[in-house]
Amino acid sequence: MRDTVEKTILEVKDLSIDYPISIGTVHAVRNVSFTLHKGEVLGLVGESGCGKSTLGLSFLRLLRAPGRVAGGSIEFEGRDIMSMKTEELRLFRGNKMAMVFQNPLTSLNPLMRIRDHFFETLKVHNVFTNRTEAEKKAGDVLERLGIDRQRLHEYPHQMSGGMRQRIMIGLGLILDPEILIADEPTTALDVIVEATFVDLLKLLKEEYNISIILISHNLAMVAEIANRIAVMYGGKIAEIGTAEQIFAEPMHPYTQGLIGCVPNINVDQESLVSMAGSPPDLVVPPPGCPFADRCPKGMDICRQKMPPMKEYRANQQTACWLYE
Amino acid sequence: MREKSMEELIRVTNLIKNFPVQKSVLDMLFSGKKQQYVHAVDDVSFSIGKGEVLGLAGESGSGKSTTGRLLLRLLEATSGSIFYDGRDISTIGKEELRRLRMKMQVVFQDPDSSLSPRMTVGQAISDPLRIQGLASGAEAKRRAIQIMEQVGLTPADFLYRKYPHQLSGGQTQRVVLARALVTNPEFVVADEPIAMADVSVRALILELMKQLKREFNLTYLFITHDLATAKYLCDRIAIMYLGRIVEIGAKDQVFRTPHHPYTKALLQAVPVPDPKERRKDALPRGEIPSAVNPPPGCHFHPRCPFAIDPCRSGRPPLRELSPGHFSACILEP
Repeated sequence: MRDTVEKTILEVKDLSIDYPISIGTVHAVRNVSFTLHKGEVLGLVGESGCGKSTLGLSFLRLLRAPGRVAGGSIEFEGRDIMSMKTEELRLFRGNKMAMVFQNPLTSLNPLMRIRDHFFETLKVHNVFTNRTEAEKKAGDVLERLGIDRQRLHEYPHQMSGGMRQRIMIGLGLILDPEILIADEPTTALDVIVEATFVDLLKLLKEEYNISIILISHNLAMVAEIANRIAVMYGGKIAEIGTAEQIFAEPMHPYTQGLIGCVPNINVDQESLVSMAGSPPDLVVPPPGCPFADRCPKGMDICRQKMPPMKEYRANQQTACWLYE
Repeated sequence: MREKSMEELIRVTNLIKNFPVQKSVLDMLFSGKKQQYVHAVDDVSFSIGKGEVLGLAGESGSGKSTTGRLLLRLLEATSGSIFYDGRDISTIGKEELRRLRMKMQVVFQDPDSSLSPRMTVGQAISDPLRIQGLASGAEAKRRAIQIMEQVGLTPADFLYRKYPHQLSGGQTQRVVLARALVTNPEFVVADEPIAMADVSVRALILELMKQLKREFNLTYLFITHDLATAKYLCDRIAIMYLGRIVEIGAKDQVFRTPHHPYTKALLQAVPVPDPKERRKDALPRGEIPSAVNPPPGCHFHPRCPFAIDPCRSGRPPLRELSPGHFSACILEP
């Protein structure tokens, strides 16, 4: 259960992100607000193009040009990340918040030994003292992740896919951050390796009280670990609630459809929910709810006005006119 | 359950595929090292009944895609036979094979790389008709439009002139399906057809495959790493590990009463989209080893929590536990 005294570590308010391109401006993220609590796993789910990865990059100010934050704020423990100066931002990255990317094979340098990846990270963040100490530090992190410290001296190609993914996590953890952002961390992994990875995230959460934002299209994987889940569609959060609420009592018709699309190995399903149509054009987003055209319960007002995000049930917020 | 009386469409016996490991020039000239092989498919036998969906599941490197390609003779087997409707097709010539391909089609993982960006949807779908000499001109177009409507590519007249980049992800996978079905095949190998698609598109394609199976009385070999999807679509399922089938049986036999420890591990690892049913059991250690020097005996023994001495030598045979349910594990259920 959620605790009433839990501490907010990250607060996103009314955040909008644009990508100006030749044919106009892609409004990739629109007026997104949510909070991340200390020690929780927040799942950020949605289909490709919904804005979840863009949102994840913005927390560390890693958006690539022409992407830019068009409005709103991102506050870490009360400090606005958007207004941080270069030096402050450099200290913030890695120390307070770290990111683990999708593909461990392309994120590691094939010509560098694993230890040198760690050394580089420590050097960039001004905490490299000497090799012996750095090696000890990196070895400790690897052991926490279940990898023999001797493997520090090996190259990425000598490791399996799952091990490389753990190395990526290790690089994220070496500076002991408070928030870890993992963007599709298991897409390149096999079933058993993925499950092992989920166990590792659980361990990090429980033993080190790290807050994790888990960005994924894999709802079943997110269901295994997330405390709360935010469902994104068309650049907006459609619904946010506890994992139990999202899966057992989804309120937004998009969430309902999405949950119904996922095959469940524990259930004999006769058919899956079919959602016809495709997501809206985000260059000229519709004035109303982005899901209105595909929604089985769509009404006139849905196409005309954006529904407000409201807490219709305790801890569960939805942007849908059905409940107004 | 698979009925004994079900007619067989495909039978594969003792299929083996070894790929030589490439050596550097220096190694070839100066080292006496023996040529090494990747044992991608290591003596696999199974059959698929008419109108049945057989799922072939396993992790990457298990040999499931290679098996699919061998069946269609997109790859030549090192040894073993493939029977199609009672006829040995492992040795037939090119011309005969080309005609047979009308009946055997394939759908690959990535629709974008399976379609030529310079061919319109209409050309892509009607091309097999021309290649097979089944139809041309207006007749080919008529048949292409007809199949487009059946797979839900509507308005078909409008989409006929479009190029792949003008379509959505769900539509491109439908084009690939339409192209596979236009020659009116009996057998379709679907190799991870939904792995690249978004959640909602996956559901659409799965539903469509189910519907097309009924309408066209198709037989599928459905290759996947996702057991939840396999359970949804398949009648029978075969689990592969390092080139071998370790368990095969009717869907309920394998999912409800799995026998092989690897099958059990795989089933445990499948994430369940329900936070009330989170996995608590431990997982096997390590990852699938290289198929160049696979472990002796049962390939799974180094990771198996129940391994005993006899597991470490000699290949465990597939033995029948109950009618139609086979497992390659020597342990008692």
